[in-house]
Amino acid sequence: MTDPGPGGWVDSDLTGNAVINGADDVGPLISPVGATTDVLRAEHLSKRFGALTALVDIELHLAKGEILGLIGDNGAGKSTLLKILCGFQSPDTGRIVVNGEEVALKSVDHARSLGIDAVYQDLALINQLSVYHNMFLNRERVRWPLLSNRSMRQAARQYLDEMGVNIPSVDTQVASLSGGQRQAIAVARAVYSDAKILLLDEPLAAMGAKEVALILDLIRDLKRRGDVSIIVIAHNYGQVLEICDRVNLLQHGRITLDKRSSETSVQELNDIVVAEYRRAIESRQRTA
Amino acid sequence: MSDTAQRAVGTLGEPPLGPANTRGPGAQLRQALAIAGRQRELTVLVVVVLLVVYFGFISSVGRSSFFTSVNLINLSQFAAPIIIIAIGETLLLVCGEIDLSPGFVYSFAPFLMYFLVVYHGFPVILAIFVTLLMGLVTGWVNGFLTVTLGLPSFIATLGTGFVLLGITLTTSNATQAQIPPAAVGIGKWIGSYSYAEIAWAAILVVIFHVIFTRTRWGLHTIAVGGNLLGAREAGINVARVKYGNFMITGVLGAFVGLQIAFQTQVIDPSAGGYTPMFLSVAAAVIGGTAMLGGSGTIIGAFLGSVMLTVLNIGFSLVGISAYPLNLIFGGTILVAMIANRQLDRIRTAGGRR
Repeated sequence: MTDPGPGGWVDSDLTGNAVINGADDVGPLISPVGATTDVLRAEHLSKRFGALTALVDIELHLAKGEILGLIGDNGAGKSTLLKILCGFQSPDTGRIVVNGEEVALKSVDHARSLGIDAVYQDLALINQLSVYHNMFLNRERVRWPLLSNRSMRQAARQYLDEMGVNIPSVDTQVASLSGGQRQAIAVARAVYSDAKILLLDEPLAAMGAKEVALILDLIRDLKRRGDVSIIVIAHNYGQVLEICDRVNLLQHGRITLDKRSSETSVQELNDIVVAEYRRAIESRQRTA
Repeated sequence: MSDTAQRAVGTLGEPPLGPANTRGPGAQLRQALAIAGRQRELTVLVVVVLLVVYFGFISSVGRSSFFTSVNLINLSQFAAPIIIIAIGETLLLVCGEIDLSPGFVYSFAPFLMYFLVVYHGFPVILAIFVTLLMGLVTGWVNGFLTVTLGLPSFIATLGTGFVLLGITLTTSNATQAQIPPAAVGIGKWIGSYSYAEIAWAAILVVIFHVIFTRTRWGLHTIAVGGNLLGAREAGINVARVKYGNFMITGVLGAFVGLQIAFQTQVIDPSAGGYTPMFLSVAAAVIGGTAMLGGSGTIIGAFLGSVMLTVLNIGFSLVGISAYPLNLIFGGTILVAMIANRQLDRIRTAGGRR
């Protein structure tokens, strides 16, 4: 495993970000980190599950308005990293810096209050509930003690229309929707909550071409708005390079590559992964 | 793989019940059945009405009638405890749990009230309050065992049920007790008046129907049972929902225990137990609550309870003796369940997926 020294890539990228973001806020003045306007930084994160080491000394950063692609083999730790960043799990060591301030994320709600929201691989949709109840899950509008169903229904309808998500009726049970529609609702839900940092776990998995286009459009729309930063996990390198500004590769719980999309190619990423498989096969043959 | 992708592309943005995939002979019938299946309460209501008509007709031929006030009181007093416990069981089943202990909370509750009033000089109101609190605590313990310690609720609540039965039999010496004279007055409003129990049951059904369908609590209960991990990821406090529903069920169990004691004017250690609890679970499931969580209704549980009651009272009116009665009763429950299952199949075939 080749592990480029963390210092190397941090420096090169930091200068880039400083140029882009230097003028637009006072981040550096209040930031204990000082040198950056990154909306999100993870420093020396590690996580173990019993004997399994999921993440080792992760260094990750995300600039305002940036889309970062997180790629890597199954079990490399991508989902674990995302679940730590959104407050669902806590890291064993390391720190998380949001908008220049170190935070200990206590819960999903806590992360959400800081503007971090995630769309999980399983989408966290409740099949038995309607589209609009899912849109507002755990953020229901209430005229105490009752739910304001009418208000939620209208808002969901209007919002999904604005985003170009085509759902026959917001009263439909989520169970009867297609995979792409479900994904779109999950993404729309996260965006609707006014998330500034959006974490997407495999939003394109197991989807047809038209559905992929729908989700990619959604992500591009967010990018155009400029105030939402996104980390997206995906397996299709072509799609990753198309929508992401930068790519991080996770291998065995470490980030082993950090490049701008313009500086790498599907070919290069493929080669790295193929090389990893080759090493795995060789080590199996040695032990056999 | 590409086939499913193709299908997904084809249906994206189309209504789930597009006219294209339902046209054809028999489709209309299937769709009608699908609607009936979706409104399971409606199906149960129809069955209840048919049963009432049947027993009303049959019994009017013989000497005893179904619609006498004595029989209506019988019906209401049989149905009320099942309805009230079924409310709790519905909430629990929907959020993915079950409680086998409310029948034993029911047994212990009136004894606790009796001990507090007679031996410890508690004012009756306070004793009733503490008794309901006992139900709440039992529910909390059930929540602690299932949610915090991770035991399956079936086993955990079986355990607490037996513990409560042991406490009831030990403290009461397995002998009956009389209602303390001081409690007789308030007892009328709780259970002694002929229609007190069914009135309480109706009030509770309305309250919990609103809680279940129109509040965050109900929505989160469905979410927890429908997708536990998803609910957790959405930030719902899953433990709180489950604890809460166990505690609601515990209080309802204690309340029913008090009602029955006041109604029968005697505190009986053999009252309660498994029968009312299992009838309640059966009522909830007949009324459309999924055993695996995620869906159900309070109205359905109410109608399921009424259906079981009409069957039970109806058959005994018709003159079937106690032994074969259970045979018919069990058979009817099975038929009802099978019918529901088939309706579910039709429903899933009518809709997509």
